[in-house]
Amino acid sequence: MQFLNNIMEKYRPHFKKGGKFEKYGPAFSGIDTFLFVPNHTTKSGAHIRDGIDLKRVMIIVVFALIPVTVFGMWNIGYQHFSQLGIEKGFWELFGYGAIRFLPMVIVSYVVGLGIEFAYAVMRGHAVNEGYLVSGLLIPLIMPIDLPLPMLAISVVFAVIIGKEAFGGTGMNILNPALLARAFAFFSYAGSMSGDTVWVADAGITDGVSGETILGALAQGKEVSTSVVDMFMGYIPGSVGETSVLMILIGAAFLLFTGIASWRIMLATILGGAFTAFLFNIWDLNALMQFPWWQHLLVGGFLFGTVFMATDPVTAAQTTKGKWIYGFLIGVLAILVRVFNGAYPEGMMMAILLMNVFAPLIDHYVIEGNIKRREKRLQKTATA
Amino acid sequence: MSQDIRIKKGLNIKLKGKAEKTLSELKRTEVYAIKPTDFQGVIPKLTVKVGDAVKAGDILFYSKANELVKFASPVSGSIKEITRGAKRRILEIRITADSEDTYKDFGKKDPTKLSTEEIKDYLSEAGCFPYFIQRPYDVVVDPNDSPKAIFISTFSSAPLAADEAFALQGQEEAFQTGINVLKKLTSGEVHLSVNGDETSFFNKIEGAIVHRVFGKHPSGNVGVQINKIDPINQGERVWTLKPQDVAIIGRLFLTGKYDATRVFALAGSEVQKPHYYKAKQGVNLELLFQQQVQNSNVRYINGDVLTGKWVRKNNFLSFYNTLISVIPEGDHYTFFGWMPFTQNNLFSMSRTFLSWLTPNKEYELDTNMNGEERAMVLTGEMESVFPMDIYPMQLLKATLVSDIEKMEKLGIYEVAPEDFALIDFTSSSKVEAQAIIREGLDLMIKEVG
Repeated sequence: MQFLNNIMEKYRPHFKKGGKFEKYGPAFSGIDTFLFVPNHTTKSGAHIRDGIDLKRVMIIVVFALIPVTVFGMWNIGYQHFSQLGIEKGFWELFGYGAIRFLPMVIVSYVVGLGIEFAYAVMRGHAVNEGYLVSGLLIPLIMPIDLPLPMLAISVVFAVIIGKEAFGGTGMNILNPALLARAFAFFSYAGSMSGDTVWVADAGITDGVSGETILGALAQGKEVSTSVVDMFMGYIPGSVGETSVLMILIGAAFLLFTGIASWRIMLATILGGAFTAFLFNIWDLNALMQFPWWQHLLVGGFLFGTVFMATDPVTAAQTTKGKWIYGFLIGVLAILVRVFNGAYPEGMMMAILLMNVFAPLIDHYVIEGNIKRREKRLQKTATA
Repeated sequence: MSQDIRIKKGLNIKLKGKAEKTLSELKRTEVYAIKPTDFQGVIPKLTVKVGDAVKAGDILFYSKANELVKFASPVSGSIKEITRGAKRRILEIRITADSEDTYKDFGKKDPTKLSTEEIKDYLSEAGCFPYFIQRPYDVVVDPNDSPKAIFISTFSSAPLAADEAFALQGQEEAFQTGINVLKKLTSGEVHLSVNGDETSFFNKIEGAIVHRVFGKHPSGNVGVQINKIDPINQGERVWTLKPQDVAIIGRLFLTGKYDATRVFALAGSEVQKPHYYKAKQGVNLELLFQQQVQNSNVRYINGDVLTGKWVRKNNFLSFYNTLISVIPEGDHYTFFGWMPFTQNNLFSMSRTFLSWLTPNKEYELDTNMNGEERAMVLTGEMESVFPMDIYPMQLLKATLVSDIEKMEKLGIYEVAPEDFALIDFTSSSKVEAQAIIREGLDLMIKEVG
């Protein structure tokens, strides 16, 4: 790739300090460092550095999302055509899903990265890699029928208000992808909930019901979906959330590479299972009766656990805090599901709420450490 | 009395070019130098001028802040020149060495028969106080203090580190005498930490509490050991020394001579035959590098690759140094270098490289940053290489905003930059943790003292 480096080498001086296009340096360097890990060497501190950088971290998460994305696209076609009773081959189903889904991905990336680059130039800081993940997560947690302009506006809101207003990647309080979803949910409720949005064209085609399992349960309907279907993901829902199997593959990859916190994942599942189990005993409505372990299989629970609760920026940062944070997300997600009939998916609200409380959890965990140190001081002072 | 310490967190970085345990005498060089920049926070006041003749052990300068902290000449000869940097800051005091050293005679002493005050005077006269490093702050001690305890780590777990037990072969008596001296300087204990996986003469030293330490790097860091043995509280002072420096002090009492001979390892992937050398402190290294290093685009590091100082080829062996590392420079571009599972010649704590498949491979790492600095995003990676009861990320953030009260509460008194070296290394956001902590400590010295 020497020739490409030669080309870049020609332009690099113009974007450096004192160059013609100095102002656009951050945007240029965003592209340059995407193509090439730069020649920067250590100046102070340790002379050698771990091979990992934030780009690699973020790409690992994108890799982990590939199984759910591919399956999700196939499932878009499968849900649509199977309800119509039309048999189609794998590639036709996948192709149909891709045509519906890829525009959402493109809109999300173009709008989001556009804002990131604009802010980088405006503020003169480097383009951060955080949006590589958010950009794919956002379409994955939206209903497939969401009109593209609504998607674009949600992205604008999430990136500007949710992230840049706080200082960019690493500084935000709320998970940007979930914030985009929450924004769309409250602004365009008709396109974001109900029983007509979760399967492609369910709103405009007779014979297609876009109802999710949780939606049906909330209305007190019988659910006859087999556990295998739930596990494999042959059910309606947001694009990425349906297949437990694919999510688990992504989770295994994240845990194996050491990028995501296993503590948060485990704690969330424990919290969810524990709460759902208590409700099984209480046994008041259809959602309470729904077996506790099936609660973990349907809806956005597992997707949120693996890909959103573990977002290190918005999660609790201390080890103890991660356990508390995860557990409470699990508890809250099931609570919202069971008690909020109008909106039977609680994962989004649970994670966003705990995002807000994460700093408080950390504060008390760290306070414990401070107290220990103070006690030690008092002990030696009196000794 | 012995107590085992097990360090569970940390990271061993295996590098190519570990020094073989053979010792050669480094030929005496024409010029030696003492570098005041080796001493954190010391402003030198010269007591010699160019042309003066000095013996080994004669005082060259003292610390402006404390006249008892004196710095002695390692060799006999005449002052060649005094090199200065920006704002006329003194960088080096160069000495043209005689062909053989003549020593200033301080008189043999038996430490067990001296009072603490007598010992302190004796050490000060012979320029030995710079070997005492104080925690908190990681600076040269104030001889007037009475430390709570004295800690010596007899091993380093850093990459390519020199084996101090090997380096001190034949110096066992001097080391024991040094310990006897230290015993007189503290009202508390002298703690000696030894590598739990090995047995050496350190295990048999009398007069000190021997702690066997097990675990990955930074288990050899004295700061980590202090944190496990007897953590520092606000207002307390402890002193630390390096093992070879204890032997220098021991030799002083045994012979009456200030003999700053040390054994150091020359190591790293760029060194042709990495092994140990014996030389006087301050020896010029240029000839050695010429013989041992072929490539030109390399980095010479006075110290280990995580905490050492970047020096030029014609530099001198630093005051405290027992290791010189030479590794390749990394000023190259790497096409799509961030793509997971590529660039498997790099080492990583994460499993985003295939290098986890070869845990025993010795790596040939260069100085490339492997990425750009970013805001702190990942959590838990700092904690996994930081074995103290301290929250490193929170302490770093408090230090970044100079929140002194918070820094105190979070344990700034217990840390030194070297304890954050692995955080420098592992950080995916490329945080310069050592630099941040050093600035924080300097701020504390200024504001709290």
